[in-house]
Amino acid sequence: MLILRQSIARIRTYIPLIKTLQTGLLLSTGVAGYLSAHTSADMGLLVGLTTSLLLAISGSTILNMWYDHDIDTVMNRTHNRPLAAGRVSLKEALWLGLVLSLAGASWALVINLLYGLVVFTGLFFDVVVYTIWLKRRTSWSVVWGGISGGMPILAGRVLAVGQIDFIGLLLMTAVLFWIPTHTLTFCIHYFDDYRAARVPTFVSDYGFEATRAIIALSAIVAAASIAVAGVMIGVQAGALRLMAVLSSGLLLLSFASVFRPSDRANFSLFKYASVYMLASMILLSL
Amino acid sequence: MKITPLNRVLLLSTCLLAGYQVVAGIDGLENVPTIAYTIAFGVLVMAGLMIIILGYDAFDSPVVVIVSTIIPLSLSLGLVWEHSSAMRFTYLAFTILGLLVVMLTRSLSVPGRLATIVLALVHGVAGMVVFLLPSILAAQGRMAPGFGLVGLGGALIGLGGLLLSFLKTGRPIVSREIILGILPGLLLLMTIAFVSGFALA
Repeated sequence: MLILRQSIARIRTYIPLIKTLQTGLLLSTGVAGYLSAHTSADMGLLVGLTTSLLLAISGSTILNMWYDHDIDTVMNRTHNRPLAAGRVSLKEALWLGLVLSLAGASWALVINLLYGLVVFTGLFFDVVVYTIWLKRRTSWSVVWGGISGGMPILAGRVLAVGQIDFIGLLLMTAVLFWIPTHTLTFCIHYFDDYRAARVPTFVSDYGFEATRAIIALSAIVAAASIAVAGVMIGVQAGALRLMAVLSSGLLLLSFASVFRPSDRANFSLFKYASVYMLASMILLSL
Repeated sequence: MKITPLNRVLLLSTCLLAGYQVVAGIDGLENVPTIAYTIAFGVLVMAGLMIIILGYDAFDSPVVVIVSTIIPLSLSLGLVWEHSSAMRFTYLAFTILGLLVVMLTRSLSVPGRLATIVLALVHGVAGMVVFLLPSILAAQGRMAPGFGLVGLGGALIGLGGLLLSFLKTGRPIVSREIILGILPGLLLLMTIAFVSGFALA
């Protein structure tokens, strides 16, 4: 009984390591990618997809947190994370991240080779290219982080249709260009934190104004990609109408952030962007 | 003033219900009413989301007046287009011009009370159309009795507009706390009335 209690307590300590909201959002894109094929869903495959993606995304997030623990210690926003605060040891996090990543990627490969390769590519881009190689060197690392963020939706689509098709790439593009509305707005809001941690961001390299313009341009491309993908998928007219409404909201907030810049406008966009992505994924699945 | 969990739930329900109406409630109509209703319920979705995200600070934005005009204007346009074909283009012109004038008088610093008069006129006409047209059609038996609920929604939107304008002018007959506390519930009731009214038509 005591061991069980201790195990539960330990798992509770691990949960913040996987950034549940971010992982949940990425997972929802993967499921939406699968459902976007509008074929009769195979429940076994859907469970396999959900579990393998959950493991892979959680694993890569933990490895990301393991590698960035020194940054997290410096940043006000993240200094209380389990690794930065010392509640979980580095070795423990590394093992947990590796085991979950390997389990997720292996399971994905067993389900379907191409699907597994896409999942593995996402994991590789996130951990090796983005986190280890580029994040501390260039502000353009977000592009690679964005590509890895777009992999779950592509993976889901690949699992459903058996190939990398144009719609899959379009959906991936939508996520890739949506990511700046999420991450760059965050960099603006926590500019001092990133500067203290010496992490290069678009804001530190190009200034606030240019970053807001980039966010707005990205929002246009993201909204357009989702709209075109929706039409090509054959999403019903009503869902397309709501998608247009939600995309208008994303664009209006992005433009408001450019033409009437304020922390409130910026953070509203950051919060709205998550709602937008989740809602779009649900609508694409209808 | 912090938004309560109950009011968050009410606002989220409003968003979901208005979103449902955009997705499933306006199929098979002509282009103009489809666009008009999409805008009306779409603005409701966005308004609910922005209040959830920003809290009651959202009401401090100058955009609130314009947004709260778009809802009755576009709803009334859809209703007129569907049920009063002789007035279609006249009302379309009124809608476009009305919105433009409201936006202009709110963006530019116009002298005197012109902005308030314009807003009262445009909002008032649109609100009366949303209230009266469905009520009359339902009373005359030209539409199912349930369609009268759209008129009830029109009355509620009028009440909401009135409360908001009290808030904006800084001369509320009830306190800011009470107005902000009941607005989410009012928004939901209004949306329920509209959605069920259209469904029962």
